[in-house]
Order: sequence, then C-alpha cells, then structure tokens
Amino acid sequence: MSDLKLPEKFDEYAEGRKNGFLRVKAAKEAGKKVVGIFCTFTPVEVFDAAGLISVGLCGMSDETTADAERDLPKNLCPLIKASYGFALTEKCPYTYWSDLIVGETTCDGKKKMYELLGQLKDVYTMNLPQGPDRDYAKKMWAHEIRLLIDVVEKKFGIRVTDEQIREAAIKRNEFRRLKVELMELLSMDPAPISGYDMYKFLESMGFQFTVDDSIAAVKKLLGELKEQITSQPAAAGTGRKRILVTGCPIGGVLDKVVGSIEANGGQVVCYENCGGIKAARCFVDTDAEDIVEAIADAYLQIGCAVMDPNNRRKENIPELIKEFRVEGVVDATLQACHTYMIETYWIRKICEEAGVPYMSLETDYSQSDKGQIDTRIAAFIETI
Amino acid sequence: MNFVGIDMGSTCSKLVALNEAKEIVYKEVVPTGWNCVETAETLLSHLEAQGIPKDAFRSVATGYGRVSIPFADKCITEISCHGKGAVAIFDEPDFTLIDIGGQDTKVIEIKGGSVKNFYMNDKCSAGTGRFLEIMAGTLGVDLNKLCELGRQSQNHVSISSMCTVFAESEVISLIGRGTDKADIAYGIVESIANKVKSQMGRVSSDPAHLRLSGGLCEVPFLLELLSEKLGGEVKTDPLARYAGAYGAALFASELK
Repeated sequence: MSDLKLPEKFDEYAEGRKNGFLRVKAAKEAGKKVVGIFCTFTPVEVFDAAGLISVGLCGMSDETTADAERDLPKNLCPLIKASYGFALTEKCPYTYWSDLIVGETTCDGKKKMYELLGQLKDVYTMNLPQGPDRDYAKKMWAHEIRLLIDVVEKKFGIRVTDEQIREAAIKRNEFRRLKVELMELLSMDPAPISGYDMYKFLESMGFQFTVDDSIAAVKKLLGELKEQITSQPAAAGTGRKRILVTGCPIGGVLDKVVGSIEANGGQVVCYENCGGIKAARCFVDTDAEDIVEAIADAYLQIGCAVMDPNNRRKENIPELIKEFRVEGVVDATLQACHTYMIETYWIRKICEEAGVPYMSLETDYSQSDKGQIDTRIAAFIETI
Repeated sequence: MNFVGIDMGSTCSKLVALNEAKEIVYKEVVPTGWNCVETAETLLSHLEAQGIPKDAFRSVATGYGRVSIPFADKCITEISCHGKGAVAIFDEPDFTLIDIGGQDTKVIEIKGGSVKNFYMNDKCSAGTGRFLEIMAGTLGVDLNKLCELGRQSQNHVSISSMCTVFAESEVISLIGRGTDKADIAYGIVESIANKVKSQMGRVSSDPAHLRLSGGLCEVPFLLELLSEKLGGEVKTDPLARYAGAYGAALFASELK
C-alpha cells in the first residue's frame, strides 16, 4: 500500500527500531488498524471487539526529552515528556503507525499533553471519573466507554456489538487470570524468575498484536517456569530480601530501580504499579446483563493515585505484603507526579503499621542520579 | 591481622585501621581528587609505611568511590558504615545521626545500635558540604572562616534558594547591594541548618539525642545553629569525621 510511508529518518535508525517499524507496517499492509494507548484504565476490550491492534505508547527513555521540552515544561513527568517526544521525532513505531490514539484524564499533565499531541495525531481523550465511590462514577465511565465505541465505529467505519465486547471481555479475563498466575509464582522462595525479567515480560505483552498472542506467550512462560520448578528441587531460601515495588509506572526507570534492587541482594516479588498485579486482578463480570457497565466497574477498581480517595491502593498493599511475604517496600515515583508523590505519605504509614521497612524514591529518566539511587537502595536492603 | 575501613567521599577520603583488639592504630584524611583508583593506591602506600602491608589486613570500602578501591574485600554503603561507626564513637544505642557530606546529606535513625531508617537527599547538592564550599568561594573565604563570620552577623539575612546555582546568584546580588559579609555568611549557614531540619522530618528523631558526623563536625557555629533549629543540642566527637571509615573497619573485623 503506497500510503504507508516510513519516517523521513528511517534509514538512520538502529536495527531494532527499524524492525519495529517494519513489523507494524506489515500488519497494516495486511489491513490491520492500530490504536495507541497509554494507561491501564483504557478499556482495551473495545479495540479487541473491533479487531484493532492496541499497543502501549508510554515513553520509557530520555532519548527524546530534549525535543519534547521545546513544547512542554522542563519540570514535568518524564513519562509524559518522553511519550510526546517520541511522537514528535517519529522514533516510536507504535506511535508513528497509530491510526488513533486514545488517552484518558488520568493525570493533568497527560491530559494537557494530549491536546498538543492532537496536532500530530488523531487523539481522542476519555474522561475518567476520579471519585470511584460516587454513585455516578460507574455510570459515567460506562457512558465514556460507549462514547469510545462510537468514536471507534465512526473512525473505522465498522459496527461493534455488545456480544463482540462480551467475547473480548471473556478473553481478556483469561489473559488476566494467566498473568495473575504468573505473577503469583514470585511468592515462592526462591522465586523462579527475577523481578526484572518478570517486568520485561509483562511489558512486552503491551506490544502483542492480539490477545491470543498474549495468552499464548504467558502460557509458554508459565509452562517453562513450572517445568523449572518441578525439575529443580527447591533450594532453601536464597536470603534475598523480598521487595514489593509500588508507585508510578516504572518502565523508564527499571534499570535504575529494579536493576539496583536485584544487584544489591533483593528480589522484586510483587509489582503493585500499573503494569503489575493491581490492574491484572480487576476482572470483568462477563455474565453481567450490561457488559459495558461491567467493564466500567472492573476498571474503576484500579487503585490509582489519581482517585480521590484512593482507598483501594491503601487496602491492597497490606494484603500484598502478607501474600508475597514482603520484607521491604520501594515506592518509586517519577518527578512531578504530584498524586503518587503525595500518596507516599500514606504508603509509608501503612508500611510502618505493617512493620515493613519502606523507602520512597523520586527519580526521572536521566542517568544523573544513578549513583545516589544505587547507594540508597543498597543501604535500604542492608538495613532490612 | 589488621582491619581497615576506607570511606571514599566526594571531597575527602578517610581511612581507619584497627588492630586485633579493634583499637584505632592509624587514621588519616586525604583529598579524594579526581582519580579514585589513584587515591586508593596512595592510601595503600600509606598503610604500608605504617607497617600494615596489603596481605596483613582485611578491608571494607564505603562512600561514593567504594567500588573504585580494588583491594577492598567488601563494599558496604555509607549509611550502614556511618551508623556502625557512630554507634561505636558515641557509645549509645538510640540516636539520630546527621551526616553532612560533600555531595549528600544523610539523616540516619539509629535504634538498638543499628540503622532503622534513613533519609538522603536526591541528586542535587542543596544543603551539602559542597554547597557551603561554593558559597565560601563566592565570598572569597574558606569554609571555617565562613562559619566564623556567620557568628558575627548583626542583621541576619536569609538565603531563600536551596539550589546551589540559584543561591549563588542570590549571594552575588546581596554582595552587590552592599550587605555585610557576616550577614550573608549567616544566611548561608542557616540555610544548611534549615535544609537539615526539613530532612529530619522524614525520619523520627528525638531532639535529646542528635549527633553529627562528617567533615563539618569541626565547625562549632554550624553545630550551634543546628542545635537551635532542631530544638536540641547536636553533639559531636573529634572522631566523628571518621565515622564512616571507622564503621567500615568494624565491618571488616566481622568478615568471615
């Protein structure tokens, strides 16, 4: 198809990036359409039902931060700057090939960035209710999902039925169930996989083209790990300190935070962040009469710091500490993320009550604080 | 067998050597300079000159340059080492240790003789020894002189910027306005004390048990201002500058 033009600077890109561009291009040449998303609140069932590919677009490196800062303030969340920067510089294949980008009002910075992004791409922003316990919250989010369905139908000239959405929800639930089973393997001591590798795997699920592909990939890894567990007699505990990681999305600071935890005698046993167990355990009631409302209900269970009050996170963390026999909590926040930064107050308190050492870190995508973060994490693990 | 602790900080490297009875037999401070590996070799040659050759000691390295000391048997963070050294120096189990270092300031809560919690500043140099050094340079005096000048201040001014770069321009504009040097010096030392106060809020502390370690523990006016701001006397010890290295040496004596 002649209208699928590669970016101007494509020839200068590294091999991996080139392959990413060609992989999505091939899918589009086969007639697929791509929706870019940013957040675990985005009801991907809608895109599955419409036969669209949905991919995560959260920027995870500071490669394009300087470009983004031409339009965005310096003192802004690095994830927002990176996401915008990658769109601006045409360096992210998924952003570049997205036919539609769906954002949501999960934070003020992102919300306003989407307005700028709208000049480069076709962007639609969902309005997320932020009082999850209000009687209208579920109705509002369900209504927002219906509006999204309209947008998708108009944009791609298709019909999306409730039955298709129900089927998609059943499949997504299956994917969630498998993901949870995988993450629960980390409750073992020794854990069969490093927290770093676990995160990398979960992250790669955001770039699968279909739920079936995702399900197959999780099943494969689950099989391998279970095989490893049964074939190798369980050694006594490793003595590694069992760490729960919570806070902002950490894809862009994984090496600095999780890499450091695991290089200094820790093992991440649970991720409470967006990409981790928090959202994976929010199942949709697929027998509900109104499937869209059931989806809205499930997503509103996510304990995100944008919510007011965010009781779900406060209730969830003590339970996860028990379940995964956590010995230390690392709360990793990104620069200028006010909601998560302020919630460190509560999480510290909760951990003190649970008798588990707690540390909060504020960082960004640069390497300038790598040494200090490493010292702080090493010292934290030494004190456990 | 001797036990050696090396605390390679961003500005100074401290070394403490213990004998079998864990008594200090040698200690020294040298500038870290720009090459940590070279500094480590210098320290090694000094040890040899003291009759402690390479194969006669076990050692633990700490401080930001800890990974650059090739002969160290183990690296332990400065948080744990300062804690351990301070417990030995002050000979008490429960206190809050403030360490104002070259590139970071740490507040360490000690309970039952070990580190319970700590707070350390992020990447910026606000409120650190480096901040004081730069400000002293701007006023054309050395660090000790700066603090002594501050004591003579008649009309206190405050430096509101915590960022070293912004604070420097604030100081320059105060100089331009003809503000008395002693008053500016007071503002600079006070801003360090204020920064420590805000960091103290991150760990629980008892104003009756505050201790200071690090290079600035030999500056009396800083101790006075800190005590005033924190609402309790901040005590120190002539050995406190070596707390990290001493703690590292004690850890070395426990190595299997």
